[in-house]
Amino acid sequence: MSIEARERRQPWILLSPALTTIGLLLFVPLLFIVVYSFWLRTATGADQAGFYLDNWREALSDPFYRDILLFTLKIAAITTLVCAVMGYPAAYFIARSRGNKAILLLLLMLPFWISYIIRTMSWINILGVSGALNSLLIWLGIISEPMQMLYNQTTVILGLVHFLLPFMILNVFVSLEGIDVTLEDAANSLGATKWEAFLQVTLPLSLPGLAAGGLLCFVLGAGTYITPLVLGGPTDAMFANLVYEAIITQLNWPLGSALSLMLLVVLGVLVMIYNRYLGMAQLMKGLG
Amino acid sequence: MSSVTLQNVVKRFHRFTAVHEVNLEIPDGAFVTLLGPSGCGKTTNLRMIAGLLDPTEGEILIGGKRVNDVPIHKRNLGIVFQNYALFPHKTVAENVAFGLKYRDVPKAEIAGRVQKALDLVQLPDVGTRYPKALSGGQQQRIALARAIVIEPDVLLLDEPLSALDANLREDMRVELKRIQEQIGVTTVFVTHDQSEALAMSDRIVVMSAGRIEQVGTPEEVYNTPASEFVASFLGASNILPARITGQDADTVHLEDPLFGAVPVPAAKAPALAGASRAKLVLRAEKLQIVAAGAPTPGMIAAPAFVETVDYQGQTVRYFVRVGNTQMQAINMIDERPYAQGEAVQAAFRPKDCAALPES
Ligand SMILES: Nc1ncnc2c1ncn2[C@@H]1O[C@H](COP(=O)(O)OP(=O)(O)O)[C@@H](O)[C@H]1O
Ligand SMILES: [Mg+2]
Repeated sequence: MSIEARERRQPWILLSPALTTIGLLLFVPLLFIVVYSFWLRTATGADQAGFYLDNWREALSDPFYRDILLFTLKIAAITTLVCAVMGYPAAYFIARSRGNKAILLLLLMLPFWISYIIRTMSWINILGVSGALNSLLIWLGIISEPMQMLYNQTTVILGLVHFLLPFMILNVFVSLEGIDVTLEDAANSLGATKWEAFLQVTLPLSLPGLAAGGLLCFVLGAGTYITPLVLGGPTDAMFANLVYEAIITQLNWPLGSALSLMLLVVLGVLVMIYNRYLGMAQLMKGLG
Repeated sequence: MSSVTLQNVVKRFHRFTAVHEVNLEIPDGAFVTLLGPSGCGKTTNLRMIAGLLDPTEGEILIGGKRVNDVPIHKRNLGIVFQNYALFPHKTVAENVAFGLKYRDVPKAEIAGRVQKALDLVQLPDVGTRYPKALSGGQQQRIALARAIVIEPDVLLLDEPLSALDANLREDMRVELKRIQEQIGVTTVFVTHDQSEALAMSDRIVVMSAGRIEQVGTPEEVYNTPASEFVASFLGASNILPARITGQDADTVHLEDPLFGAVPVPAAKAPALAGASRAKLVLRAEKLQIVAAGAPTPGMIAAPAFVETVDYQGQTVRYFVRVGNTQMQAINMIDERPYAQGEAVQAAFRPKDCAALPES
């Protein structure tokens, strides 16, 4: 075999374990779901194989699903915005700190060592009727009866921000780390104040990281079902909760499959639009 | 255009002192080079002048005014960074125009001034390109254009040529000097490269371990080094222990165990009054290797033999043994270089020597 032929094959050899794993664990199950979505759940509760469009018709025509899809996208968008506003300064602080950067990053990773479900549940102990905050307010005499602070849209967003903020910070941090600090010095020396230098130089150069973090937060936020389940009220169900409901509670796999594919397609389209207009390639152009 | 003055400037990082009690006067319009090995505090000094670092002690004056408390963006300095620090997301023209936006320059005037600066660095046509599309040498010129377009009071350059390859570096050296002379801006140039410093500077400030060793014109620091450090940092020097046998108005008489009596011009032997011992400094280029037995008129000679021959084309570097001391000589080649092991004479003119105090 010629050297060139070997060099051409090498990437594929190196990629093959990963490709096999992804193929078996992602694409094969996905294929099952696609097939399932065309089956039919009969009145007796059995699944009937075949090519039926009933599930798709129901998913696409019922305004109930449409409204919840829009609600899901709205919650994900608000969460992403809050994560960006809160996460950017934190990432900037970590990237610019000297010496203790490793410790700060470790602190950032710490929450990942605790189950996401437990982290979500912890808000019940903080905001619940007999939680820490109510106890404190009663003890301080500010209120006499415990307030119901949980199970609303705000707590869902709170839980999602709690879950997703580290992803945002990490992404922004990585892009800030890649920016030469002397660029800000150069801007200052040319007459820009610290804030002007940030707006003119650092912020635009870190946009790829902010965009990547935003995309991650949005997609993960839009696909979540645990946070609304634990922290949301009866009207705060998000789209993934519908899938959960259909598959786990009603055992209606065909409908659940169709709904989950619907969410997948919507998010996929959003990612594609994002790539087209805000995408990495576009933003990276100036960076060579 | 302004002078720059450093008065008793000290910079400490925690307990480490990077700059000790520096006093320096840089006249208006001068090209002054801070020269010294890596880590000697050159960049720290430059960053303090720039306002990127606060001096721990001492005063910094620009144009006679104390600037310790003036933030960098109000100092009106042009800085060229070692890695150029061009804004990668802005075009070349936007990069050069950057500083003008903060200077109340009418919009209509900006394009013209940017173009003038690009003409000055001889890259008139790259305004619409991005920095990444330019070569290292071109980026260097753009960084210079960006720094001078704002008509700074002082131009600060931190090893601006060190990222270029050797040929380009020499071209840029000439170019930089031409531009500096044309606009006449006070310039502080930082380098660890002695040939850059010698070629470009009006004055050289030789630094070592956070202290100034010597300030002088290139000829002064080269021919009359004020310390052993300066003598060995600027080119190769032979340093021999010697006894002072007498001093008169224009000569210091030294006695060296290898060469005997050496009368050194007093101008090249300052600060020896009252001492009994000194160090004889002889540049490698001033030590001539001549054939054994050949006459050496006007020179002081001693028998030697060649230990190592480092052939360099036009010149050759010899390591010769004189008595039990190894000496270095860099000579032009006449016909053929002497061979390793050959018995020769090492000779020099006493007026080429300098002398330093013992310690
Ligand atoms: N921010 C800093 N913190 C601690 N030490 C520093 C800092 N900046 C420079 N130094 C130290 O100060 C000394 C001088 O550094 P520098 O001025 O960069 O030297 P040069 O430019 O001559 O190579 C070096 O020993 C360097 O390690
Ligand atoms: Mg330096």
